[in-house]
Amino acid sequence: MDALDGNSIAGELFEHFGAEMTSSPGTCAYCGASALVGELRVYSRAPGAVVRCPSCANVVIVLVRIRDGLRVDASAFRGL
Amino acid sequence: MARTALPGRLTWQLARVVELVDETARSKSIVLELPDWPGHSAGQHVDVRLTAEDGYQAQRSYSIASSPEDEHLVLTVERLEDGEVSPYLVDELRTGDEVELRGPIGGYFAWEASLGGPLLLIAGGSGIVPFRSMLRHWAAGERDTMARLVYSSRAIGEVIYREELMRLATEDGVELHITLTREWPDDWQGHRGRVGRTLLEEVAWPPAAHPLIYACGPSGFVEAVAEALVAAGHEPGRIRTERFGPTGT
Repeated sequence: MDALDGNSIAGELFEHFGAEMTSSPGTCAYCGASALVGELRVYSRAPGAVVRCPSCANVVIVLVRIRDGLRVDASAFRGL
Repeated sequence: MARTALPGRLTWQLARVVELVDETARSKSIVLELPDWPGHSAGQHVDVRLTAEDGYQAQRSYSIASSPEDEHLVLTVERLEDGEVSPYLVDELRTGDEVELRGPIGGYFAWEASLGGPLLLIAGGSGIVPFRSMLRHWAAGERDTMARLVYSSRAIGEVIYREELMRLATEDGVELHITLTREWPDDWQGHRGRVGRTLLEEVAWPPAAHPLIYACGPSGFVEAVAEALVAAGHEPGRIRTERFGPTGT
């Protein structure tokens, strides 16, 4: 499955954080590489998305939509 | 009560279709009127949501084709044969219908004059859509940076905004390079074949000119272009990409 960019989850991240996030930087908790959210690799499959570090491919953000709620775990993308 | 969207909130709203424009056999521009549009930056997108009678919802992102200066918000949508949303938008939607959308969204892939250039835009297929917004925005401004568009399309009949781009290409400060990858007219004077290192060396500014580069198109296209750019010596930090797939534009 081809990856998309962080742009593709901009709406969901805005919904969660209440702000535009694609230009925001963060650091991968696994390899330490810095990236902007827009540069991350997004693998979308309803009902959520897995977001990987462009450098080491580890999962840094997970989005899951449960009923009407959106859960976002960005703990492995530090500083966001 | 004021109906303006609050900062920090991204709310769904109903947009009314005021005009539909056939761009190619598979793509259409949808001209929309919104009561509460806060304005946008060139390169941003919107999320469009369709709701079936049984409550099932399907949501997709579409790039904005209009510039911030344009009167109406315009989306250009290409029909994906196995798509859930695009066949409806391209084939079923009529003037006067309403569409649910939220936006504008995204900032990473946006361009405004203050970001400077030289501005190099590389599009594959319907990846041209955000660049129409950027080029219109560029044309409406001071034009104190150069702009160049490299547009890869399968065939001349699939080139979106063809007349507008041809008109723009006659103006100073902007260059247009179209490459056709599958078929071309006998008298075709443009480029042929995919956007790779050879074509980029021919039409792009050299890395020393530090162009600000945007690439948009299907995943495979963007991946190949980004690799070719980095291999040619362009700074990764000056390359912004927007990939789309079956779940995207």
